[in-house]
Amino acid sequence: MTEGYSYEVSPILLVDLSLLTMLLVVALAMLRSRHLFAVVMLSGIYSLLSAAFFVSLDAVDVAFTEAAVGAGVSTVLMLAGMLLTARREKPFESRRVPIARLAVFATGAALLYATIDMPAFGDPNAPANAYVGQAYIEETPGDISVPNIVTAVLASYRGFDTLGEVIVVFTAGLAVILLLGVGSARGGREVSDVDGEGS
Amino acid sequence: MFAAATVAIIAAMVLALVRAFAGPSLYDRVLAGNSFGTKTVLLIGLMGFLTGRPDFLDIAILYALINFAATIAILRFFSYRQPKGAPAEPRRASTGGGGE
Repeated sequence: MTEGYSYEVSPILLVDLSLLTMLLVVALAMLRSRHLFAVVMLSGIYSLLSAAFFVSLDAVDVAFTEAAVGAGVSTVLMLAGMLLTARREKPFESRRVPIARLAVFATGAALLYATIDMPAFGDPNAPANAYVGQAYIEETPGDISVPNIVTAVLASYRGFDTLGEVIVVFTAGLAVILLLGVGSARGGREVSDVDGEGS
Repeated sequence: MFAAATVAIIAAMVLALVRAFAGPSLYDRVLAGNSFGTKTVLLIGLMGFLTGRPDFLDIAILYALINFAATIAILRFFSYRQPKGAPAEPRRASTGGGGE
């Protein structure tokens, strides 16, 4: 999987750096923008960027989910939510608590410090690659004749877990449909809190 | 040569980002998001060639499909909900396209 992985400055590393820089810029722009439609489109772009970053980390299935759910489904869901409210975020008086900012920066610094202990990317002796992962790689061709190990793990070894996840996602989808009122998006029903006046 | 193409794609991504930040109208932003998705597809294909594993090309094609479907979904959404200030026009949902 990670054949020929090198630690020197490779073109892929530069691509990763520029992708991460763009991720940061998009996140800051989403924070600053008060135009909600722009924020929704920027969050779609954010998902596409992180999907590209996941592909470059060899996590292709995660990247695919991110592109389908993040850039596709959740953009449409957020648009549906936005159309039920205002198009612009209300200006708010900035009343910042210094302790909150301090807590955020302290937590961030602690997390950054914790990354020092993490094993190197693609390290064969890392716990993620050593015990269970190794067993899956060895056992899957004999246990289940599915060539893709990720599919075998998700659909067979952890089949009940995946079934539970599907139920959770189905329930969440039903709740979102009920909240958004899909009929209003189809032009069937007006949603308004005020009588006689469209919001 | 792949590296030069990658640099060009990333420059184009930055330009699309600028349009998504600045774009005054709604359609500028939709277009920026769509073209950014196209750039992502190209970048994933190029990354496959940069690492010598062109297997990523299949994934890039699937991304193109998702990107297309997402843009259609966003635009259809706006065709259903006209802005409140707009003059009343027959909704397209009742005349056509309400197939699903």
